[in-house]
Amino acid sequence: MIRNVLESISGIEIYPIISLLIFISFFIFIITWVVKLDKKTVSKLENMPLDDDDQSQISGRK
Amino acid sequence: MAVETFYYDNKIVRNFGFATIAWGIVGMLVGVIIAIQLYVPWLSFNLPWTTFGRLRPLHTNAVVFAFAGNAIFTGAYYSLMRLTKARMFSDTLSKIHFWGWQLIIVLAALSFVFGITTSKEYAELEWPIDILITIIWVVFAINMFGTIAKRRERHLYVAIWFYISTVITVAVLHIVNSMELPVHLLKSYSVYAGVQDALTQWWYGHNAVAFFLTTPFLGLMYYFLPKAANRPVFSYKLSIVHFWSLIFIYIWAGPHHLIYTALPDWAQTLGTVFSIALIAPSWGGMLNGLLTLRGAWDRVREDPILKFMVVGVTAYGMSTFEGPMLSIKSINAITHYTDWTIAHVHVGALGWNGFITFGMLYWLWPRIFQTKLHSVKQANLHFWIGTLGIIFYALPMYWAGLTQSLMWKEFTADGFLQYPNFLETVQQIVPMYIVRSIGGTMFLAGTCIGAWNMFKTAAAGTLLANEKAEAPALEKDFKEPQGAHWHQWLEGKAVHFTVWATVAILIGGAVEMIPMYTVKSNVPTIASVKPYTPLELEGRDIYIREGCNNCHSQMIRPFRSETERYGEYSKAGEFVYDHPFLWGSKRTGPDLHRIGGKYPDAWHYNHMDDPRLMSPGSLMPRYSWLLEDDLDTQYTATKIEVMQTLGVPYAEGYAGQALNDLKTQAEQIAANLRTQGVANADASKEIIALIAYLQRLGTDIKGNAVSQAVHK
Ligand code: HEC
Repeated sequence: MIRNVLESISGIEIYPIISLLIFISFFIFIITWVVKLDKKTVSKLENMPLDDDDQSQISGRK
Repeated sequence: MAVETFYYDNKIVRNFGFATIAWGIVGMLVGVIIAIQLYVPWLSFNLPWTTFGRLRPLHTNAVVFAFAGNAIFTGAYYSLMRLTKARMFSDTLSKIHFWGWQLIIVLAALSFVFGITTSKEYAELEWPIDILITIIWVVFAINMFGTIAKRRERHLYVAIWFYISTVITVAVLHIVNSMELPVHLLKSYSVYAGVQDALTQWWYGHNAVAFFLTTPFLGLMYYFLPKAANRPVFSYKLSIVHFWSLIFIYIWAGPHHLIYTALPDWAQTLGTVFSIALIAPSWGGMLNGLLTLRGAWDRVREDPILKFMVVGVTAYGMSTFEGPMLSIKSINAITHYTDWTIAHVHVGALGWNGFITFGMLYWLWPRIFQTKLHSVKQANLHFWIGTLGIIFYALPMYWAGLTQSLMWKEFTADGFLQYPNFLETVQQIVPMYIVRSIGGTMFLAGTCIGAWNMFKTAAAGTLLANEKAEAPALEKDFKEPQGAHWHQWLEGKAVHFTVWATVAILIGGAVEMIPMYTVKSNVPTIASVKPYTPLELEGRDIYIREGCNNCHSQMIRPFRSETERYGEYSKAGEFVYDHPFLWGSKRTGPDLHRIGGKYPDAWHYNHMDDPRLMSPGSLMPRYSWLLEDDLDTQYTATKIEVMQTLGVPYAEGYAGQALNDLKTQAEQIAANLRTQGVANADASKEIIALIAYLQRLGTDIKGNAVSQAVHK
């Protein structure tokens, strides 16, 4: 069935190379993105879990 | 901006939390039972329902989908509401999700016990349950995206990214790998065969680890670790790099489960390269977690919650270092099929998934029940007994795996196998199996202590079912501030984000799989390989029903140590009619790919009745009901037709003749058995079909294949 659909693709060697290229460009994209993030946003983001108001400190510790 | 008042739903969190711990105990208990069965084989009581081959899938599925699954939902529901400043989108959907998931678990447990299985690891459930899973998963997705859509917080915290990628990827994986054609309500055949089926299965299996046991738990880590430590994550920027590189790389690494198999070389190499690349994001995540505690280590010493999380994150680091190492060909050659893999898996499951879950539950319970934890002391006890349990589990299994592998590969000076009897290599590691079961029991004991602690905490407090919260609504026509960067466009908008995450995972899957499905030359056909006869096909289905693949592989790797022991190494072309493939992943018993013709029929007859008759000291369970139960042939014709639809070349109209052929072959085998001394052999019994299948295995290319053993 499925395996018979498109039998004519050739040049299998190209697949790993394409995949590597996609990955590298993607990685560069992410790194630039992160480097350019401004401090204010980052600090707002990283504090998101902490700034809700249920901190009544009722757990066993403390 | 008017401040709105709303309520978080803690009841759903409590329900998932209790389900987590209850199923955790069940799943771990079954694990301990099958661990003991490996050295006390009569513990299956010669009953079909309690044999290792049926209980092992029950154990793995219970731990993965029931324990870890409910844990994910517990934490994701709790944190998603807080991070989006919104109640879940729909209480009804939450309830359907909860009860639907528990129903799936119960159905799954029943079906495994009754031998209803597809045999594909962690995807053993039959098609009606697969459909139910899809529906419930979609309910979860709607509930989650609905909550995100009505959020009162513009930004999506990184934990939510991990949840989104989980929801999407698990859906894709589940649907692609569960493509099967029903024979009847409780039986289906995978639409993929042989190598393709194996690749699809391990693309799934690997990414189930990635997107069910890793990404959602990282989401939990990024929320609950800062919560428990009361400080923000070490580096938010690192968490972004962590996220994207992790999901992007993970999806490619699946073929590392199939190294040195009949899978084409290029796919194996792709799997290795990406697996090694995975160390970087994984360790980035681990360090990010551990460094969050910088300057708070004094608290770690006192707080059991932080202790659980620290060991959990460390276990994550260990298993994500070990995994890539196991993907290196020369290492994989030693560890694959052995208990090393089992040790590896349990460092991840017990350490990472288990301990993050326990840490999270201990943190959550006092809060939603508005009281103190019943006993910090007991939580500490749980921590220590659990940690020791992991050590007592993992170390003996590493040792067992290594020992057995070296014994498999040992040659005498004259070039013969040092241990030609497989059983000898099993008996050598039985002491390790005993210690391992003690380790598992300790971990289970810890879980029971935890359950008691949670129960007492809940009893002492009252559930804050609807927790009041306030936040301003989001402005409807929000404009990005001048100079805002495109990254904020991506990060703030759930839809864009989801699309890109999907693209990232689809590329990985597609590049790997499309060539596999499309290029014929990837699976060279072998002219002498013919479809199974109807009787063999029925025998194969018994093999699947009994879960023999949980102990036996059918994939001989091209090493001299394997070709000497088992015969000619396995070729991709031999499996083209195998819907599903049955390569297996672990050799508690010997490989069976070339078992055909190795023994007379009567040997199998007696061996299945009681393995210890033929192989004294064997730990294989008894299967004597196969000698008594009649073979059910009412679906034989349908099975042939379904196989034809899948492309197996039976002659036109063969289904009509199948039953006759089946009977003729069965009579022949019964006659053989009688001449070999089994006086009461009866052609209508299940054992006859199983013998037919076993005697057929690997024989298609016998005789005309030249031995081309390579390596070692
Ligand atoms: C708990 C793990 C386990 C399960 C489940 C299991 N086996 Fe075994 N099997 C073994 C072990 C260990 C041996 C080696 C000792 C022996 O010969 O009994 C073995 C040996 C065999 C052999 C002989 C192989 C040889 O080359 O000598 C056959 C055939 C076999 N098993 C078939 C089956 C079938 C069919 C099933 C399912 C109905 C099954 N086994 C289920 C563990 C298992």
